[in-house]
Amino acid sequence: MQNEFVQSREKEFSELKEYIDSIKNSQGILMQTLQKAQDLFGYLPLEVQKFISEETNIPLADIYGVVTFYTQFTIEEKGRHKVGVCLGTACYVKGSQEVMDKLVEELGINVGQTTEDKLFTLEATRCLGCCGLAPVMTVDEDVYGNMDPKKVPEVIAKYKNQEVRA
Amino acid sequence: MKSIDELKMLRDEFNKNSKNDSRDNEIRIVVGMATCGISAGAKPVFDTLIKEVEEKRLNNVQVVQTGCIGMCTYEPIVEVYAPDEEKVTYTHVNADKAKKIVEEIEKKKQDDSIEKIPLMDSQFYKKQKRVALRNCGIIDPENINEYIAKDGYMGLGKALSMTPDEVIALMKNSGLRGRGGAGFPTGMKWSFAAPNKADQKYIICNADEGDPGAFMDRSVLEGDPHAVLEAMAIAGYAIGATKGFIYVRAEYPVAVKRLEIAIKQARELGLLGKNIFNSGFDFDIETRLGAGAFVCGEETALMQSIEGKRGMSRVKPPFPANKGLWGKPSVINNVETLANIPQIINGGAEWFRSFGTEKSPGTKVFALGGKITNTGLVEVPMGTTLREVIYDIGGGCPNGKKFKAVQTGGPSGGCLTKDHLDTPIEYETLMAVGSMMGSGGMIVMDEDNCMVDIARFFLDFTVDESCGKCTPCRVGTRRMLSILEKITAGEGTMEDLEELESLANSVKDSSLCGLGQTAPNPVLSTLKYFKDEYIAHVVDKKCPAKHCKALLTYEINKDKCTGCTLCARKCPVQCIDGTVKNPHVINKELCIKCGNCFSVCRFGAVEKN
Repeated sequence: MQNEFVQSREKEFSELKEYIDSIKNSQGILMQTLQKAQDLFGYLPLEVQKFISEETNIPLADIYGVVTFYTQFTIEEKGRHKVGVCLGTACYVKGSQEVMDKLVEELGINVGQTTEDKLFTLEATRCLGCCGLAPVMTVDEDVYGNMDPKKVPEVIAKYKNQEVRA
Repeated sequence: MKSIDELKMLRDEFNKNSKNDSRDNEIRIVVGMATCGISAGAKPVFDTLIKEVEEKRLNNVQVVQTGCIGMCTYEPIVEVYAPDEEKVTYTHVNADKAKKIVEEIEKKKQDDSIEKIPLMDSQFYKKQKRVALRNCGIIDPENINEYIAKDGYMGLGKALSMTPDEVIALMKNSGLRGRGGAGFPTGMKWSFAAPNKADQKYIICNADEGDPGAFMDRSVLEGDPHAVLEAMAIAGYAIGATKGFIYVRAEYPVAVKRLEIAIKQARELGLLGKNIFNSGFDFDIETRLGAGAFVCGEETALMQSIEGKRGMSRVKPPFPANKGLWGKPSVINNVETLANIPQIINGGAEWFRSFGTEKSPGTKVFALGGKITNTGLVEVPMGTTLREVIYDIGGGCPNGKKFKAVQTGGPSGGCLTKDHLDTPIEYETLMAVGSMMGSGGMIVMDEDNCMVDIARFFLDFTVDESCGKCTPCRVGTRRMLSILEKITAGEGTMEDLEELESLANSVKDSSLCGLGQTAPNPVLSTLKYFKDEYIAHVVDKKCPAKHCKALLTYEINKDKCTGCTLCARKCPVQCIDGTVKNPHVINKELCIKCGNCFSVCRFGAVEKN
């Protein structure tokens, strides 16, 4: 399975192998392994799933089943910035849907999609637990509380500008 | 750590000269650094405080982080404890104010320009009783010594001096019931697993807090992680388990980090590991991360997930106490349940029963959110009424809006009305009125929230989160959702309401696990208590809360319109006509109801109906 992807990510594959070897002897290691792999690669393409299957002797079908069951695992590459809007109850009753609608308009993509320039992926997140700041949106690790749809363009511009400068 | 005497010495050493939570005559500055505090900007405050104290060489001042202080609305919060003085609580602190706080301490002079509140005297705390949260917002969760100073691990020491049967009997007598939602007696659960013979048994902590709008468990894990570890060890001793797992949501990185630190510290002191307190009892704990599946809060699904499989629930029996994780006898307790246990062992069953009611002893933590003045984390004795929590503690709905409903139990619970406000909070009473205790999310809604849309919101959630194993839940909830979508789009009929209700009852009766069995609750409770709103949507084609877009019309009030042209310029479909200084008109045929005109009008001339 020597394809371009595998060659270009050699370092990540060897780190993943090291991780798998370190936990091989304990029970129920698939979830942790997938979490580690997603940390390393950003997503879980088939090549990575095949590699895990070979290293752990877990059938590829089982791995694919787990990857597609849990929302945090993704088989598609995400944008550089993950934009999330909390659609937990506390945020929803305080108008997070309007924030989401504004983001859909501003970024020109639907929930779950990535912009063409691979800069932003828009996600509806589950409750982040900071209901005191509702409605909340996040960009990567940054949390924006008490959001108003009107503030959306400003927040997005901040990350766009970062790219221009970089 | 060889014995409980050694632990006591360590505790006393740490508490020497301690007064009013400040030790050795030090002034102690604590910063609320749970997820909510950090999101509100506590990190720069914490860094500034440390820098300022260092620069000013204030050797008697200690700056520490702590967990959730409870009043989310006032974050970031900084509290100052000084010997012989009342605690001072500073609210909405930023880096600038942090500098001033240090100056205040240095000059020993109060600066009235900094916002502070007498928190302990406020109604917010007066009606509360902190058992599960006793250390949250007070101790540094990343320092085991602070937990030990508060009698930490004494419960484990005491339990190990009793027989496992005595520990279980004590738990049974305390009447503690599962705080995860269903309210199953904890002592009973333990007693089912204890007699089973097996080469390995497991204690599992359910920290997969999935209810959207609930953050009690997160606050406990972030604020007092050792309490959970201690309780798991006690449970392990009681049922004969030597291994524990904490299954925690991946969305809680701070909680995961603090748990890892706590486990490491407990191992170093020998409070986890082999031969704890020289008693021959071994116990160790590992954390396992979820990956964003609500159904994994259901115990059989949770165990599947720890085993590395798709988190799908299965039929019970066999119950986990007989066949649990990897087929071995297991006990699964929720975070808040566990946080009560060390104190029950220390204080005794009678002490615990002195709070709460006969059938529901103790306290319950609620995450109070939504349209409420004091969003926060509150812990009240069971039997407190909803009114006391929402009005006395929560301060009612903000902006002078009228209270409409309170939702407890998240996607499994129901919406209650103002007529239920005097219901005492107990497992049975909430169930009787069509809601449930649930894990502790309590979301308040005001007149602007459409109850049909709220039912649709929860169904949307459960459809997404159904594991797909059983048909009633997989297909039934989806059908219910499409009916609700039809109603909120203004296309519903009275027959739809009947079908919705009968479908809801079928899903409730025939689903495999708790998720499906409770998923219809938000629909059934709103159908029962807010039928008129459904009828308004179906018959009058109106949304009384003015929320459902399809049922709204926008109109410009000629008397208020000044003809500023702003709305016409902001309209994305150019459907507003009018000339400068003359009243404008919206062409309803073309209007897409985006609401732009409504939000930009400075004269309140655009009216939503």
